[in-house]
Amino acid sequence: MLDRIWHMIVKEFLQLKRDEHARFWLIVPTIAQMLVFGYAATFDVNRVRIAVIDFDHSQESRDLISRFTFTGKFEVAKILGNEKELKSLIGRGDIPMAVKIEPGFAELMRKGQTAHVQVIVDGTNSNTALIAVGYVNQIAEQFSQDYSRNRLGRLMPVMSSSVPQVRLEQRPWYNPDLNSKWFFVPGLIGSITLLLVVNLTAFAIVREREIGTLEQIMVTPIRPFEMILGKTVPFFLIGLGNVALVAAVAILWFQVPFRGNVLVLLLGVVLFLMSTLGVGLLISTISSTQQQAFASGFFFLNPAFTLSGFAFPITSMPKAIRIITYVDPLRYFLVILRGTFLKGVGLTVLWPQMLGLAALTFVLLMVSVTRFRKSID
Amino acid sequence: MNLRRCAAMSCKEFIQIRRDRRSLAIVLFLPLIQILLLGYGARLDANHIPLYVLDQEGSQHSQALLKAFQASPYFNVVKTVENYGALVRAIDSDHCKLGIVIPWNFSERLDDSGRATVQAVVDGTDDNSAQLAEGYAQAVVANYTSGVQVDWFARHGLANQATSRLSVDDRTWFNEDLESKNFIIPGTVALVMALMGALLSSLTIAREWERGTMEQLVATPVTALEIMVGKLVPYLVISLLDAALCAAFAVAWFEVPFRGGLGTFFFTTTLFLIVILGIGYMISVATKSQLGASQYALLVTLLPTTMLSGFAFPIHQQPAPIRALTYLVYSRYYVSALKRIFLDGAAINELVPQIAAMTIYALVVGFFATRAFRKSLQ
Repeated sequence: MLDRIWHMIVKEFLQLKRDEHARFWLIVPTIAQMLVFGYAATFDVNRVRIAVIDFDHSQESRDLISRFTFTGKFEVAKILGNEKELKSLIGRGDIPMAVKIEPGFAELMRKGQTAHVQVIVDGTNSNTALIAVGYVNQIAEQFSQDYSRNRLGRLMPVMSSSVPQVRLEQRPWYNPDLNSKWFFVPGLIGSITLLLVVNLTAFAIVREREIGTLEQIMVTPIRPFEMILGKTVPFFLIGLGNVALVAAVAILWFQVPFRGNVLVLLLGVVLFLMSTLGVGLLISTISSTQQQAFASGFFFLNPAFTLSGFAFPITSMPKAIRIITYVDPLRYFLVILRGTFLKGVGLTVLWPQMLGLAALTFVLLMVSVTRFRKSID
Repeated sequence: MNLRRCAAMSCKEFIQIRRDRRSLAIVLFLPLIQILLLGYGARLDANHIPLYVLDQEGSQHSQALLKAFQASPYFNVVKTVENYGALVRAIDSDHCKLGIVIPWNFSERLDDSGRATVQAVVDGTDDNSAQLAEGYAQAVVANYTSGVQVDWFARHGLANQATSRLSVDDRTWFNEDLESKNFIIPGTVALVMALMGALLSSLTIAREWERGTMEQLVATPVTALEIMVGKLVPYLVISLLDAALCAAFAVAWFEVPFRGGLGTFFFTTTLFLIVILGIGYMISVATKSQLGASQYALLVTLLPTTMLSGFAFPIHQQPAPIRALTYLVYSRYYVSALKRIFLDGAAINELVPQIAAMTIYALVVGFFATRAFRKSLQ
């Protein structure tokens, strides 16, 4: 039996070696994608270009504006004399935010009243807009505190120090600098591998069927189960090599810390690869032509990638969609990747993910083998 | 180019599509499922962030602060824990994103020295969610502080001396409610159309090769350009129908505002579809195998459109070399045009850069596709 499977594996590798496109696909794009997307995937909000309209021209207004640039979050790109140009500037997307200070701003502050600063923000990307407005609020809060403390210090030097104030001290764990590469780069390892393995495996059986070589294989003494095994082992090895390659880029190039246990990650990788092979095989057995396999692969991969929690948090999804994500192998694997890379957690935390992947693999492989047996009878 | 021969080619293609009813149904139906799934699933809003609380003091002050967190729509106070270890475990296993720790001397320090500190322990793994959560937590605490200060001034007979405050009035343009669906769903339409277009056109050529009908086609007097145009027109019609369905779904079902003109939408969509169908055609002409075509098609559609088109990740925040690279990504132009048509109501004359870029793209792709086709015949 091992002998028969071995021959099948050798045949698959030979076929792959002859396909120049497949060879190219396996190495070059994987690393290139990792490098490009590792830098591209970021929700950071830094150096936001802002326009400033200062109608007050006071020391206070200048102080406030300098606080914007001081944080490094904003960059004053334009100083405007009026609001007319604003519509086209923000509309074109050149400048996503404008800050407007009305006349009489300093006077209100000096009198101990509430002054207003107006922020006009391009809400198209609501995420960036929310974070940017959050920064503005923090700047304004700090400005108020400092200003009223100084003012009170001048009026009543004794009391100024005991005005109550609550400070929120932030302690981000696992990713203290909130570096988005640490979040996205481990995610890319799973995403790139998913696309590669599912797409390769989806064609595995249907291609033989369409070219007519499936009958030839079936007249050999090989059994259906052995054939499936022989077909998938090469893809499993390719997937394993792929994970090793992209993980090396993540650690060596992007310097993402790896804090967990390598063996736990390895277990996760093996289970993940088996479940993606299961998805590919299932597509391959239910498709009668390569076209159908192509289309099914595409339309599985898009939601599987988008709804995996790679960029869009699963906790923000409605319940029905959250339930659908349980059949997505990438969903589990991303938790394992981020858990082992950033959190350094082990099986005590990650066992539900491992169990989910194992169950998914079992069901997928069972269904594929049964479907395959039926289709050749 | 002869129009009559082109039309004959399109006619043949239409008949072929019509005969394969099942595939046609799938082609029309699948994009809608994708829009439905992604429309619900691809969201970035952080509401009801699960929050754990460790109140080491249990005083009136600390309870008041916790009430403020409970009242915020952004947080969902899941549990009050008794010790730090329980909080660590909860964050480790993803039960909460944020833990608020109120120290045992909170009221004492607030009353005596006026300076009290509250700790926010955030799961920084997902830096974006962490930032949003921190921002909301800051706002809750700032609000609480100003309440405490007003009381303090009143108690010290300084009520009319009130503190100087700076308040921020934010006005949001284009996506007034700051809902992520309003910018992600138009991007999703672009993503689904890119996948669809690349899929349809890479299949049409690969099929002819594998069934051996390509030689027959070449033996007829049609030229390479006529074959391409004739083959792609039927798919352009189908894809336009798909795009219209997807957009209608986005507006009617997901209530994404649509402020532009239908003419602008169809014009830019047609241009984009020509580009993507051309790319799919070029891929299948060059690779000659369906496995190869599917891999290249996947390589140039799914991830580039998700990552480099401004679909979710803002291009202006990417490093300069990556920003330069995005100019090569065809979907960048369509995604930005769609967002502006949907949210900003941009007219054709405001979208000149995007339209020009897509036109150039279409010409270049068309040129290379016909050349690759001629070569592959030799």
